[in-house]
Order: sequence, then C-alpha cells, then structure tokens
Amino acid sequence: MEIIQQLVNGVSLGSIYALIALGYTMVYGIVKLINFAHGDVFMVGAFIGFYCISIFHLGFFPALVIAMVACAIFGVLIERIAYKPLRNATRIAALITAIGVSLFIEYGTIYARGAQPEAYPSNIVPLKSLELFGVKISGQSLLILGTSVFLMILLQFIVHKTKIGKAMRAVSHDMDAARLMGINVNNTISATFAIGSALAGAAGVIFGMYYTKIEPLMGIIPGLKAFVAAVLGGIGIIPGAMTGGLLLGVIEALVSASGYSLWRDGVAFVVLILILIFRPAGLFGKNVREKV
Amino acid sequence: MQANKPLLKVDKVGIRFGGLKAVSDVNLELNQGELVGLIGPNGAGKTTFFNLLTGVYVPTEGSISLDGEKLNGQAPYKITKKGISRTFQNIRLFSELSVLDNVKVAYHSLAKHSILSSIFRLPSHFSGEKEMEEKAIEFLKIFKLDEVMHEKAKNLPYGQQRRLEISRALAANPKLLLLDEPAAGMNPQETEELMNLIALIRERFSLTILLIEHDMPLVMGVCERIYVLDHGQLIASGTPDEIRNNPKVIEAYLGEEVS
Amino acid sequence: MKTLKQTKTFWIWIAAAVVFAVVTQFLINGGTLNSFYVNTLFFIGINIILAASLHLIIGITGQFSIGHAGFLAVGAYASAIVTTKLSLPFPVALLAGGVVAAIAGLVIGIPTLRLRGDYLAIATLGFGEIMRIVFLNMDYVGGASGMTVAHLITWPWLFACVLITIVVIVNFTNSTHGRACISVRENEIAADAMGINTTYYKVMAFAIGAFFAGIAGALHAHNFYIIQPTNFGFLKSFDILIFVVLGGLGSMSGAVIAAILLTIISTFLADFPEVRMVVYSLVLIAMMLFRPQGLLGTREITSFFKVGKSAKGGSQDASKQTVA
Repeated sequence: MEIIQQLVNGVSLGSIYALIALGYTMVYGIVKLINFAHGDVFMVGAFIGFYCISIFHLGFFPALVIAMVACAIFGVLIERIAYKPLRNATRIAALITAIGVSLFIEYGTIYARGAQPEAYPSNIVPLKSLELFGVKISGQSLLILGTSVFLMILLQFIVHKTKIGKAMRAVSHDMDAARLMGINVNNTISATFAIGSALAGAAGVIFGMYYTKIEPLMGIIPGLKAFVAAVLGGIGIIPGAMTGGLLLGVIEALVSASGYSLWRDGVAFVVLILILIFRPAGLFGKNVREKV
Repeated sequence: MQANKPLLKVDKVGIRFGGLKAVSDVNLELNQGELVGLIGPNGAGKTTFFNLLTGVYVPTEGSISLDGEKLNGQAPYKITKKGISRTFQNIRLFSELSVLDNVKVAYHSLAKHSILSSIFRLPSHFSGEKEMEEKAIEFLKIFKLDEVMHEKAKNLPYGQQRRLEISRALAANPKLLLLDEPAAGMNPQETEELMNLIALIRERFSLTILLIEHDMPLVMGVCERIYVLDHGQLIASGTPDEIRNNPKVIEAYLGEEVS
Repeated sequence: MKTLKQTKTFWIWIAAAVVFAVVTQFLINGGTLNSFYVNTLFFIGINIILAASLHLIIGITGQFSIGHAGFLAVGAYASAIVTTKLSLPFPVALLAGGVVAAIAGLVIGIPTLRLRGDYLAIATLGFGEIMRIVFLNMDYVGGASGMTVAHLITWPWLFACVLITIVVIVNFTNSTHGRACISVRENEIAADAMGINTTYYKVMAFAIGAFFAGIAGALHAHNFYIIQPTNFGFLKSFDILIFVVLGGLGSMSGAVIAAILLTIISTFLADFPEVRMVVYSLVLIAMMLFRPQGLLGTREITSFFKVGKSAKGGSQDASKQTVA
C-alpha cells in the first residue's frame, strides 16, 4: 500500500507541476520564449496567498483567487515592460532578458523582505483524511487535486470555447496572419501571460499549503521542473503540459519511494535530457523542421 | 544522349512528410557539362528536390548517385565534399563574416592544417591559411568582388549578395552546382548580368548546373534541357522548344500565372 | 608580409603580458598588494578563463549553453581528488581538471548538440544541475559539506593559465577552424552546405570550452580552500553567462573586460549579495533592451585602434534576424 500512497503524493505534486507547466507551455506556444521568470511568479503567488491568510485572515479560496488575480497583473506587467520591446530580437536576447527578470524578482524579493522562509498556516482548511482501500489520502491532497483539475478544465474551456481562446490559438499558429485577420496580437499575448501567471499563482498557494514552507528562491526548482514537464509533454501543447506534469510528479515520487530521495531533484533533468535526445518534440508533439 | 555515364543519376526518388508525398517517383539524369533547368508552379517540390539532392532531407524511396556513387543517406557536408554544392532561395550568407571569409569557409574542406597546428601556430597553419587566402582572393577577382572583400557580407547590396553566394558555392569545388532561383528579386539588368555570369562560370569551371528558376525567358534562354515538376512529380522533360509546346506543361501552368 | 605582421603583434602582446606578470609578482612579494587585492586578482583570473571558455561556445560557435558551472564543478572536484585523495602534485591536478571536464563536455555535447537554441540551453542547464546533484550525493567527495582543499595556486600558475587560455582560444578562432565555428553560428544550414562538418565543430568548441572551464575549476578548488556543490549551482552558470553577454557575444576582449569589471564590482558588493544580484539583473535587462549586442558587439578591443577598417558595421541589425 506504500506504493499507492507514494503515487497519491506524486499525483499531488505532479498537479502543481502541471499548473506551472501550463504557463510555460502557453507562453512558449505563443511567443517562443522560455519565460524563466515564470517560476518566480509562482513564488510571488505563494507569498501573496500567505499574506492574505496570515495577515488578512482570509480563507483558502479567497486567498487563492486574490493570488491568481495579482499574479495575472504581475505577469502582464512583466510581459509589457521586459518582453514586449524584445519581440523582434534574437532568441538569445529574449532568453537572457527572461533570466534577468527572474533574478530581479528573486533578489528584489529578498531585498524587500529578507531571505527568511515563512511557515504556511496548514490548518486553514479543516479537512478529514479519507480512507480508501486501506490507503490514507489526506484532505489536502484531495483539495489540491480538485483545485488543479478544476483550473485545468477551466483553462480548456477558455482556450477552446471563448473568443480570447480562439485568438490565442490563432496567434500561436501564425502571429502575422492573425494580425492580418484583425486579431489584436498584443492583447492576446498579454492575455496569455495573464492566464499562465494566474495558474502559477494558484500553484504557489497550493504548494504553500502542501509543503508549508515558502521562501524567495522557492520558485527556481519547481519552475525548472515544470519546464521539464512542459518539454516532456511537448512544448506549446496544453494537454501535453498537464500529462507531463503529472508524469513527472509520479516519477519523482517513485524514485523517492525506492529509497533514492536525494536523487529526486536530478531525475527531472535526466528525464529532460533523455526526452530531448530521443523525442525532442515531446510525447504529444510533432517534429517541425526548419524550412530550407 | 551521350554514350558516357551520366554525372548525376536520380532514380525513382521520393519523400513523404507524414502522409504527404512532397516529391515522388522522380527520374532525372544530368550529363557532364550540361546546363539543365528545373521548373514548375509554386509548391511543385523543386526546392524539396534540391534538399533531397544535397542531403538536407533523406529520400524515403529511390536512389541518388553522383559519378556512380550512391549519395542518399549521407550527411549534407559529405555530399558537398563529394561534389554537389548549392545556393539558397532565400540567401544564406555568413552575414557577420567578411566577403573574403565567406569564401574561405567554402575552402575549409581543403584545409591541410589541423586544429592543433592552428592552436600552436605551427608552420603548416601559416602556409595553409596563406594558401586559402590567396585562392579566395583570386576567386573573388573572377567575380569582381575583390574590391569589397573586407566588407561584412550583410552590408553588400542584394545583387552582390547573390553573386557572393554563387561564388561561395563554386569555391567548394563542385562537379554539380545547384542554383535555387538565383534571379529572384533581381531587375532585368541584374538578371542579364547573372545570365552572363552563369555562362562564364560554365565555361571557366566546366561545370554541370541544375537551375531552378521562375524567370521563363532566362530558363528558356540558357538551358539546354528542362525538367518540369508539378505536384511533386515529373510531368515533362526535353528541350526548351519541346517544353514550350508540351500540353501537360501548359495545363500545369494554366491553373496559375507564370510568374 | 601580413602573417609576419600578425606574428609580430602577437609576440608584442605576449611580451607585454609577461612584463605585467613579473611586475605584479614583485608587487606581491614586496607587499604592495595586500591579500585582499591578491585574492581579487586570483578571482579575476579564474573568471577570465571561465568567460573566455564560454565565449568560444556561445560567442563564436553560437551554441547557447547555460550549464557552464557544471564543467567548473567537474574540474574542481576532479582536481581536488587528485591532490587530496591521490596526493599527486598540483600541475597534475590542473591537467586532470581540464581533461575530465573536456570528457564531460564530449559526453554531454555529442547527444545534446543536435538540439538547437532554447532546447540546447535547457539541456545544458539540466546537465549543470545533474552534476551538482551527483556531487551532492557522492560521499567520496563529502556530499553537501564538500571537500577541503589545500591552497596551492600561485600567481605564476594562475597567470600562465589565463594566458594560455586566451592564446589558445584566440588562435583557434583566427583560423579556418574558428571560421568554421563562426559559420555554424551565422547559418548552420549554409555551413553544412559548404562542406563544414557542423556537428564536429560544435562538439569541438564545446570540448575545448569545457577543458578550460575545468582548468578554471582546478584553480577555483585550490584557491578557495573548500568546494561544495552549492558553489556550482546555476547561479554560477548565469554569472559566467553574464560576462559573455555583457561583453558582447562574439567578442573575446569584451568577455574578458566584462569578467574583470564585474568581478571587481561584485567584490565590493560582497557584503550585500542581494544588492549585487538586483544590480546584475537590472543591468542584464537594460542591456538587452538598449544594447543587445553587448559592450563591444562582435568587435575586439584591438579593432578600435585600427581606424577605418572593419571597425564600422551596423551591428544593430545583427540582433534582429530571428523573429519569435
């Protein structure tokens, strides 16, 4: 039964990766930029949720919503200030800027509030554990899973059933053609950043609840791993990011369960390098060649 | 036509991207010294065919051989060394390098000095580099590019960039030269100059040339034989006169204006 | 004629460098340079080697590798094992650091260099993290608490390493092999079509870059008394990346100057590490927004002395070729 317990943990962790990975994959799909700062938006979301709960004594759901809205605004600001002027620059310049933004958010936060971690209040949602076939599933795991699944369904709805979703798909397919068809490309890109960042913010609050400890550099490793998840599923593909995130979470849980927990952080990168070598387009992706 | 073996022999070559047959069942032979045109409507698969010949794509069927040696499946750089070199539809120069260095890169496979000899600046480095430089300058003189040889390639005007690309391809010492729409974007006067240049290099280097071109007068004027591709398949081949009167060709072009 | 002139200039530079080294040695012996300055000088030297080695990979060959700290770590640990565990002399450790890192470069380079742009960047970043985690989990090298290493480097050793690194990389760059690498950076498809074995040159540049990063690692290990896996996280990789980017991608002298300046700045900001990082990040963003080609662009500092020739060229549009 230990193994099922670990699987449940893996799925919970994986759904957090999946939420972050969605932002990576949507932004990459639309502007072909690895938004290194995305992991830091996740961190900011965790802190906003923390302050909502500990200072304003809000419940889990209001805190979640506030964190999501704040992160959406934050994401749009990042895009408008740092990335938009570079839309026609080289990929390297954009990537370096993203690294710069990421470092700025991390160390700006440390400068503003110090590097000390905070303990997330873990008792905000009084949930009982559930016994299922002899496996104890904590209420938190269920809450995380439920929230994540709800957000992912919501995202699918936005992308496939709304006007902005249609615009997003059009811009990611061909930015110039979309512009010629009268789509406001700048607003669409901003919307993509907003939605992606909101999901990262939600992931931050959920992460805080689950792991109870947050600190300014907490976004780096989950951010990188979420990127791995996005690549694993096929970057630019939304269902790919979800699957990749869950798969990565489960792989990590299994590695921990087999007694190699210290190697857990390395596994994601091994997976990354293997997938890049053997199937660079990811599990769900198609190979695209450079046109000669 | 001639009794000797063809330089290039393309036998039932095709490539599929997923379910789409981009090129299929193409047979083509080029004899030593010929200047042959490859025409067809947009999207007919002409550039794809060049990519098959140069190893950018690996054919999923058929075989390609140069001088009797099978080429398919070989890496592009090896095919270049075997004697096929090309220009690109959208110019691909080394834009931050000087004109001279662009040509020197094409001479790289002839370099006799190793990495170690360059790092330790052994005599072979100096002699090797000197030889390359002299050859490259000599070459640029033929193409009247020696006056701009220290300019960065990206700073040249369009016509000169085209000329540099052709001279760079020639510097790689090919037996067969593939030109992908060399007259694209040129005005009539530049096109005229280009035709003269092609005639000149044929004479001077005794080359075989395969030319993709949209400019019909140019193709009809300089080519001895012409192949016509449509929807990835060869629909006709023959002399310019035969092609001009071929009903299949007229039909293929009727759907679309001859550009 | 021209080669003669080149050779002459080359030896003048070497002579000037040796004079500088000897004078510095006297200043160190005489106590004019106190230990603070000497430490800073050593740190600058190590960073110059790192910057130059990454310059070869990113600036010349155009392969966006952001896991350079991984090679630094491999060199540091390999050399530390040679001196502390095997009790062999320092020069052996130096060479071992370079060679082991170069082998690591080959092992990681051969499969990943088929990838382009972003994917390569992420793969190298992953490699750097894997190296750190491997050392973290190896009890033989002390795990998280690291290894204590004797302070064995001296000014002549350090200077010789810096000089050799620069000479080797400059000589490589200014040859047909360097041009082959630049052609890969400029247009890989065209390079391939010109008969350049692009994979070979990418791997070669990667291995040479890794070799010198390994040398820097050996110097690092024998300078700082202790090495720990946390020294080699990807923040370290970013530090090195910043040297190359600020100096100007493709400019060796730019990378060296940036390494010197930033090392000095960060030494003075050592007591305020987060201020240093905030400043770094803002400089990085501002640089990309307003001068994406870096301090010197692709030019070398020497080109400013040759008025007229090749010193011009609108490098502005160099940065505008790929569109998202």
